[in-house]
Amino acid sequence: MRKTCLLSMHELASRDDRVVFIGSDITKRDLERMAEGYPDRFFLEGIYEQHIVGMAAGMALEGKIPYVNTIATFLTRRCYEQVLLDLGMHRLPVRLIGSGGGVVYAPLGSTHLANEDMAILRAIPNMTIVAPCDADEMKRLMPATLAWKDPIYIRLAKGGDRVVSRPELGFEIGCAIPLREGREGLFVTTGITTQLALDAAEQIQQETGRSWGVLHMHTVKPLDVEGLLRTVSGVQAVITVEEHTVVGGLGSAVAEVLMESAVVRKVPFKRIGFPDVFTDEFGSQDDIMGKYGISVEGLKQTARELGKGAGTGFGLQR
Amino acid sequence: MAVKLDRRSIDLRREVVQILERSRRGHIGSTFSLIEITRVLFDDVMRYDPANPRWDGRDRLVFSKGHGCLALYTLLADKGFFPHDELYRFCGFGSILGGHPEYGKTPGVEASTGALGHGLSMAVGMALAARIDRKPHRVFAVLGDGECDEGSVWEAALSAGKHRLASLTAIIDYNKMQSYGPTREVQDLEPFADKWRSFGFAVREADGHDVDAMRSLLTALPFDSGKPGVLICHTVKGRGIPSIENDPSWHHKTKLKESELALLYNELDAQS
Repeated sequence: MRKTCLLSMHELASRDDRVVFIGSDITKRDLERMAEGYPDRFFLEGIYEQHIVGMAAGMALEGKIPYVNTIATFLTRRCYEQVLLDLGMHRLPVRLIGSGGGVVYAPLGSTHLANEDMAILRAIPNMTIVAPCDADEMKRLMPATLAWKDPIYIRLAKGGDRVVSRPELGFEIGCAIPLREGREGLFVTTGITTQLALDAAEQIQQETGRSWGVLHMHTVKPLDVEGLLRTVSGVQAVITVEEHTVVGGLGSAVAEVLMESAVVRKVPFKRIGFPDVFTDEFGSQDDIMGKYGISVEGLKQTARELGKGAGTGFGLQR
Repeated sequence: MAVKLDRRSIDLRREVVQILERSRRGHIGSTFSLIEITRVLFDDVMRYDPANPRWDGRDRLVFSKGHGCLALYTLLADKGFFPHDELYRFCGFGSILGGHPEYGKTPGVEASTGALGHGLSMAVGMALAARIDRKPHRVFAVLGDGECDEGSVWEAALSAGKHRLASLTAIIDYNKMQSYGPTREVQDLEPFADKWRSFGFAVREADGHDVDAMRSLLTALPFDSGKPGVLICHTVKGRGIPSIENDPSWHHKTKLKESELALLYNELDAQS
């Protein structure tokens, strides 16, 4: 996904002369064509995230579309005020490409884990947050970023994941994609958790005959409220899944919509994600996600537990 | 021996006091230290078109010391960027002039500032964009001295030095007072010029109230054709009102009293 994203920079730069790339302490790997083709719009800079975000804002004020890439933690936490004021308040078309969203850098420990990136950015007015589910979807996302007026945070997951997105369903920033139909329950997912939910839904179907759907919410902000309510009305339970703290991310955003909605009431609901803790383990991404139930088995277990409640009078008012 | 303020400098300060008379609040000492800096930029140095504030050929000014905005607003109104009466709605509900400058609200304001340490990075980005597009305009960033405590200022300085941005000139209002005390006690910046020099800047120093001295330096830019420039302006916080000079309690005032306004007017009148 990272590779696909960075390789696409050359094409974007060739299509649009406003495109500028700024990397902070990264290699030229996968960016060689951009660097050779457009050297005056290619910047490899130092380890100063506050500065590169401000610098990107200055470029954008002059009509450029800067794509800024470094590790997700540093690109969101270290320079939060620059992101909020220089990008959000000015409504500038800067694209923040955060490498290693979630627990991709698991062995490196909590200093390198971006478990709250979406939560803190979601609090910034005018911010857009996109977490594609695979490399193919990344290919569809990148050209769409050229025409988007506001700042975008692009959350990169680990590479090499299998492709589950489908080209015939299209891609539009801010429009959720129903990847699987289901009457009994719905997984609302973002990023690579979509892959887990598709597997879990398939296994639930085969093992119990119950049908669970998957709504892939690649854009966490602005949330596709209409698409969410449309898909939710008709199911008996909703589970959100994210590789992120349950505080303030996708689960919170979906809960806010459901609680305030006049359409849906008392639908059994559960957020799957990291609890309000530092995850405090090393190992692999799968190890840490598995510990907190962000796994195919974890999703099935939560669906089973929620399903019990669904049969006891909770349901939807339509 | 401090240079005497001329008629225009006194008049600009009187305008600021007239604004304060309506708003009853503002960063007074911080504004009075950079009246001459702002005046020289608008009177003698920068290219701009008040009738077309977004004219592409204009020089860019990032007022990173956002709390000194009364100096900026006064000069923008003086040059006709917006109607003069707007000044008297400073900080009011629905005003285009806030307690810190905001992009998109005020003609002539290039970037929203107020949180310190943001402006120099934005100015670096603007200068790099001009270089990409081979445009000849210059970029100026006005910084406060206390602002230079922020690490992000030095991040931007590293980067400006690396890119040899000769079209970029930082101007520092070195009044040696931050909000609650002298910089040498709160956070000493010395050797200040050496710091900038070591980051790759061509450094000049001037009396920041000496219009002629600053004009002669800033009309001969760049200081070095291969380096960004910095002009360290030695100034006095509250300059022009002897009773408030170097008094940190006048850094920012709210609920200004009639007696305080009278003091400001009287001491300005005494110099006219």
